[in-house]
Amino acid sequence: MSDPNPVPTQERAQPGRLLLTAYAAEQVLWMVPLVVGLVLFLVGGLLVVVWVGVLLVAAAIPLIRGLTHRQRHIAGRVLGVDLPSPYRPTPDGGPLIQLRSVLLDPMTWRDLVWILWAITVGWAISLLVIVLLLAVATGFFWWFGCYPLMWMRSQVDRVLLTYGNTETLERRVAALTRSRAEAVDHSAAELRRLERDLHDGTQARLVAVSMSLGMAEELFERDPEAARRTVSEARAATSAAIADLRSVVRGIHPPVLADRGLDGAIRALALDMAVPVQVVGELAGRPPAPIESAVYFAVAECLANSAKHAGHQQAWVELSHVDSPQGRVLRVVVGDDGRGGADVDAGTGMRGVMRRLAAFDGTMTVSSPDGGPTIVTLEVPCLLSGSSSPRTTPSSAPA
Amino acid sequence: MPAERLVLAEDNALLRAGLTQLLEGSGFVVARAVDNAVELDEALLEPDLDGAVLDVRMPPTFTDEGLRAAIEVRARRPGFPVLVLSQYVEQLYARELLASGEGAVGYLLKDRVSDVREFVDGVRRVLAGGTVLDPEVVATVMARQRDQPLDRLTSREREVLGLMAEGRSNASIGSSLHVTEKAVAKHINSIFAKLDLPVDLEVNRRVQAVLAYLRL
Repeated sequence: MSDPNPVPTQERAQPGRLLLTAYAAEQVLWMVPLVVGLVLFLVGGLLVVVWVGVLLVAAAIPLIRGLTHRQRHIAGRVLGVDLPSPYRPTPDGGPLIQLRSVLLDPMTWRDLVWILWAITVGWAISLLVIVLLLAVATGFFWWFGCYPLMWMRSQVDRVLLTYGNTETLERRVAALTRSRAEAVDHSAAELRRLERDLHDGTQARLVAVSMSLGMAEELFERDPEAARRTVSEARAATSAAIADLRSVVRGIHPPVLADRGLDGAIRALALDMAVPVQVVGELAGRPPAPIESAVYFAVAECLANSAKHAGHQQAWVELSHVDSPQGRVLRVVVGDDGRGGADVDAGTGMRGVMRRLAAFDGTMTVSSPDGGPTIVTLEVPCLLSGSSSPRTTPSSAPA
Repeated sequence: MPAERLVLAEDNALLRAGLTQLLEGSGFVVARAVDNAVELDEALLEPDLDGAVLDVRMPPTFTDEGLRAAIEVRARRPGFPVLVLSQYVEQLYARELLASGEGAVGYLLKDRVSDVREFVDGVRRVLAGGTVLDPEVVATVMARQRDQPLDRLTSREREVLGLMAEGRSNASIGSSLHVTEKAVAKHINSIFAKLDLPVDLEVNRRVQAVLAYLRL
């Protein structure tokens, strides 16, 4: 059977028979807390109309999760694979919001099914392993039986406590479908914005230039002085068109990003902010171009937001490329010492950032308590390409 | 005085021809006009040069080789006058160009070329050891919150300093602020005093003031 959760594991020793038996003993003793947890949950569920029911459910969940967490670890040891925690991340918010999210998590309900198994057949199997050892005459059966028995039990535990291949893939497909739709929406919106910028800005100004030049052509004979004025107006309009074009280009792909990579571009961005922005950390290589650009615009949006709303004295950006359960992750932390209370849902900008990052399985988390500080963490799983971007000077001035 | 000999690097053939014509028409000699970074490095080895006018983005990598060439040549020949032209300007690049602490640096948007007189004036100022920064760079510095030691300057003095960073003469600063040249000189002296700049050559003090302005 293939591993449903493809997390690479290090080579590790198969637990010995005595350790397996110790696991079995632990599982036998769980009978009591498992029954307590189940009863709390069920009674709480029945009494949910009165407040005390909610409290009972809220008490049962950490107990149950603690036990299932331990069971995943044991089953993982027995089967020689890592079984990661399959729960959805709990959202920020009050206890009721968190409870609601826990109850909507299908894994919470699978935990209950697992309890039913763990206090009946599963319990019997673990008990059998112990009895085979303790009743000395059956030592032969223990010697050969304890591993198959524990393996069997752990397989069932794994099926109940983690998502299988199909389920994992289904969830992945659902997530990809959503992020793809968002990425398509986002790029369509970007194209519309570009079209508008070019139409209203550059194109309009070029029309004005050509009009002025046409007029000048007419005027040269009759009034050379006026013609000269019109030509110099045309020149001014050309400059404005170039400036427009420059800002459109910056919006598509800032040249400094191509020149200097993400860290250089963020340092350049920091210099242009009205308040001091400290940039720390350097990347050893360059992330793939689409990720580089998405992260750059995400940081630009965060800094612009904090400049607009936070009323801060200083801001900072930390760049790093770190190990995480998802593999290597590009992590960028943008913080400010402003008044906090930032709301992700308030503006379209931050939601756009989230959607754009989601296309690369990236995430954005915002912590912004009232009174500050506001800390936005962007994480995108990716590898950096080998060579670092060329640096011109040993070190640019502090940002 | 013999005409100044310049190296010109620009990969766009039209612009290269235009700039050559413009510079030669204004009394400079374009000793060599190249269209890539490799030839530029070679051209900059020539000893008998008075300065260089460089495009930032050129073959082979189309990133910032013009800027790198400028910094390299100035490391080898301190104070070698360089005017860097670019399709866009970055404060970061301005700082890198000025990091060595010497003047004789210009950093301008390419479209400033369209104002021929101003542009040629800029080239002359750079060759004379001055500093000419694009108004767009100056504007982003201006937008920044005040910081040490510039918060000792009055807002008028900051305006004057910004125009100095653009490489403008006292007369030209006076006319854009609608004050007399004498008043400008007074502001500048006060800026020098507040920034604790040593009494030295006028050109050098102007450069030092601009460096302080960029917080270098």
